[in-house]
Amino acid sequence: MIRIPCPFCGERDHSEFTYGGDGSITYPPLGASAKQWHDAVFQRRNIRGLQTETWHHVFGCRAWLRVERDTRTHEIKSVRAAHPGGQRALDKTP
Amino acid sequence: MSKRLDTKARIDRGRPLTFHWDGRTLPGYAGDTLASALMANNQRVVGRSFKYHRPRGIMSAGVEESGALVTLGDGNRRDPNVRATTQELYQGLVARGQNAWPNVRFDLGGAANLFSRFFAAGFYYKTFMGLPPFEWGRGTGYWMTYEKLIRRAAGMGEATRLPDPDIYDHVHGFCDLLVVGSGPAGVAAARLAAQAGLDVILIEQDFELGGSTLNRAEQATVDLSDTSVRVLTRTTAFGLYDNGVAGLLQRVTDHLSRPPPDQPRQRFWTVRATQTILATGALERSLAFGHNDLPGIMTISAARCYLNRFAVLAGQEITIATCNDSAYGAAVELAQAGAQVRVLESRTLAPQQLSQRALEAGIEIETNTAPLLARGGKSVEQIEVARGDGTAWRAGGVRACDLLLVSGGWSPVVNLQSHRGATPVWSRENACFLPGESDGSLHMAGSAAGIWGTDACVRSGEAAAAAAARTLGRTAPNVDAPRPGGWHHPIQAIYEIRVPGRRLKSFVDFQHDVTSDDVRLAKREGFVSVEHLKRYTTLGMATDQGKMGNIIGLALMAEALGKDIPEVGTTRFRPPYTPISLGALTGRNKARHFRAVRRTPMHDWNRAKNCTMTDAGLWRRPWYAARGEETLQQAYIREATTVRQAVGLCDVTSLGKIAVQGPDATEFLNRIYSNPFAKLAVGKARYGIMLRDDGLVMDDGTTWRLADTDYFMTTTTANAAKVLVWLEELLQLRWPDLKVHVTSVTDQWAACAVAGPKSRQVLEACFENAADVSDDSCPFMGVLQGHLKNGIPCRIARISFSGERAYEIYVPSDYGPALMDLLWAAAEPLAGCLYGLEALGTLRIEKGHVTGAELDGRVTIEDAGLGKMAAKNKSFIGSALRNRPALNDENRPRLVGIFPKDRAETFNGGSILCRPQTLSGHGEGWITGVTHSPTLGHWIGIGFIAGGHHPWSGKTVIAADPLRKGNIEVEIVSPQMVDPEGTRHYG
Repeated sequence: MIRIPCPFCGERDHSEFTYGGDGSITYPPLGASAKQWHDAVFQRRNIRGLQTETWHHVFGCRAWLRVERDTRTHEIKSVRAAHPGGQRALDKTP
Repeated sequence: MSKRLDTKARIDRGRPLTFHWDGRTLPGYAGDTLASALMANNQRVVGRSFKYHRPRGIMSAGVEESGALVTLGDGNRRDPNVRATTQELYQGLVARGQNAWPNVRFDLGGAANLFSRFFAAGFYYKTFMGLPPFEWGRGTGYWMTYEKLIRRAAGMGEATRLPDPDIYDHVHGFCDLLVVGSGPAGVAAARLAAQAGLDVILIEQDFELGGSTLNRAEQATVDLSDTSVRVLTRTTAFGLYDNGVAGLLQRVTDHLSRPPPDQPRQRFWTVRATQTILATGALERSLAFGHNDLPGIMTISAARCYLNRFAVLAGQEITIATCNDSAYGAAVELAQAGAQVRVLESRTLAPQQLSQRALEAGIEIETNTAPLLARGGKSVEQIEVARGDGTAWRAGGVRACDLLLVSGGWSPVVNLQSHRGATPVWSRENACFLPGESDGSLHMAGSAAGIWGTDACVRSGEAAAAAAARTLGRTAPNVDAPRPGGWHHPIQAIYEIRVPGRRLKSFVDFQHDVTSDDVRLAKREGFVSVEHLKRYTTLGMATDQGKMGNIIGLALMAEALGKDIPEVGTTRFRPPYTPISLGALTGRNKARHFRAVRRTPMHDWNRAKNCTMTDAGLWRRPWYAARGEETLQQAYIREATTVRQAVGLCDVTSLGKIAVQGPDATEFLNRIYSNPFAKLAVGKARYGIMLRDDGLVMDDGTTWRLADTDYFMTTTTANAAKVLVWLEELLQLRWPDLKVHVTSVTDQWAACAVAGPKSRQVLEACFENAADVSDDSCPFMGVLQGHLKNGIPCRIARISFSGERAYEIYVPSDYGPALMDLLWAAAEPLAGCLYGLEALGTLRIEKGHVTGAELDGRVTIEDAGLGKMAAKNKSFIGSALRNRPALNDENRPRLVGIFPKDRAETFNGGSILCRPQTLSGHGEGWITGVTHSPTLGHWIGIGFIAGGHHPWSGKTVIAADPLRKGNIEVEIVSPQMVDPEGTRHYG
């Protein structure tokens, strides 16, 4: 079981979260071409090492998080609120 | 002959017990294990082997036991494959031998042994899975025939088929440091860590603390009650997982005659430990030689344990075979207890100091000697020995004995570390796998780290605890961790003893009857990788997970390949370390506690009106409301007819409801729905379809504009949670600039659908002022907010799933029953009825409306017949990828209606639609729903077929259902089977 330090709730079992997916993707505008959307939706790298991914604290604060996780060891390097406003609020909290 | 001594030991002679073994009543003491008590009563044959039904005796004194597997208990508490060596004795314990008939001492299945050469590795594959004499693939039929017979002959104990009467608990724990094992290393680690201020949990699988010290002649009691350490005995760490999570099994009442009714049988712990120390000890290995599985052959440490801990002398005339120093202490103790002892030392020189003491105790030592073949009927009587010259063995005469003790060396228990992904490293010097590299949160200590001396084990425990404390920011003394090893005279590893020209049956894995010849056979047939060796021979796949035999198997494969053991490698250990019961995994999550139950606020009201309920995900929903002796079919046909002709009420509370609020709510909805939402007026509702990024349909529902920046979205019952997660993902990850908030309000609102030509009349009766629901104030797709009679707040939309004039009425949840009372009082005089999911299905199939059965994640908006819902002049989620060529292929399966050709016929949902001449493969389409249509007077279906209904017009299609009903001729029609113009919902 992976333990994920939620920046809002503290360290919790991964069973409180659902996995989102690749957190490094910037989705194109809705009006972008099928090629651009194809690349964003289907082209995935299978990273051995540090990977940015999204997790949803679905049985907690329901925040979406951006997590840096080492796919070899499950070591979690960093966790940030995905919403910039949420992260700003955390940064301001002493 | 084994017997109980009257020497000092850890059994409680003040508490004599009786127990039942194979129908006989035998004596024992509190503090015995079942194995020690059986041995005290001179029971030699206690089991029969898996494949060959060979007699088996007690081989060890611990978790690695592969011979004394017994069935414990009776009736609904019958538990198979229990290791007698770890089962505590209690008054009245009932145990019996297994895999034998009539009993383990005289087993007719033993005939299998005569044919054992035909049952070598791969027997099943070769005989039944297609190799000659059977053609490829033809063996399957024979397998089906013989499987039952083979399964009956081979195998282990049989579990009860009755429901488990016991309860099991799940417990969660946290600590700074988890210490596994209470031997010298574990106890030293726990003490030092507690002194350094850590919150420590120490667990021990045995019922007493002490580990290997329990087996020594000089008895000492471990007591940690003066420390803050939390101690759990009878608790096994069965698995180690990521981020310091450990799975523990605590056996709470398995040692009690009468378990207290308020206690669980076992507790399944999930412990999150910041640091973990594994002081799990080492297990003594056996040796492979002829008939090395005869009862009366066990490890040296086992005999020492039985002698010192349980006061049982396992034999009178004892031969000890060793290749390392650890044997000599036990040899002296056994001789002092009165046995005649001979040591077969496979090394050229016996260690001088140790052998000197042995000689003084009257022990005969033969060097360069090892056992070649054990002889005896049901128990060892003689040993044929082999003499070595350093390169090969040759036959060397016969020695009489009634007990043969063997030591092939020691294997550190690295299993738990392996669970965490560490690869063990072979140590040639110590002839064992030592723990590999692991991260800074996991430490190995004591003989689990290959450290053999007791003092060194203590220091290694302290060093591990100090390292753990420092990692957690505490101060701790500097302790140097000792290096692995510690024997004066190096081990000279031997794994198998054989001589040229002698065909011996030498077991490597006792539980699965895998022999050294099987390993060599696997090599000859090309299964040389350890992973293939394991699967082909089943080596290491029994309940002991290779604790006794794995290393020997690897060594023999290495020898056959002419390689070193590190080159051959080892398989990775997997949890559980020792077997755990399914009951413990399940805990209390069974029967009605298996999953949550969601009931609507109208549940009791529905039940009082004779609704039969059914499961819809977690929800309980009305299925049908029978009148009198009506069947399901009679009830739903009447209900659907009543909706079409008068009015019906249906509890639809389970629909997902999401409040979408904020200044950018309109823009947000316009992006996620395929149809336009930018110009939805306040007080109006709209049906909408959401696509996924890849252009396929995700969900549908209606969204109501309550105010300028306030929307009320409904989703399907099944997708309520998924849609909310999706909206949160979009708002938090993709479009954080949008000022929108989404909140699930599913539980806040109760809902009822009122459908049928008289639905407005029902509603009018519910308002103080009937004009409030006139068609002017609430036209089709209109939204009303206000109050019903009795001041019940409500929101109403005139929307239709049934195709009739219909309203959905939402009230705050607590008003649910009051709403139903009000509606029913109005509907009943109008010949209205309640309708459930079954009639709802009939009404929507008649209309060709889709639900989750159709929107299965493979369907485009065009496939569902809703192509006109996709806006051309805006971009939305899925709009780019839904235009991929394959998704616009005209031959894709499209939504259609289905009629039986003979209108009196029925057919089944799930049937495959095929052309009459090609009843094979995936067919041309499939049927997702079938119902009897009261409007049309015959059975109809809904489903998908290539190209939609036009190309199939006038053609006969087969609805193939080979496993149930067979083939039915059907016609393909438009999915709008009733009221295709859609005039009735204005009615």
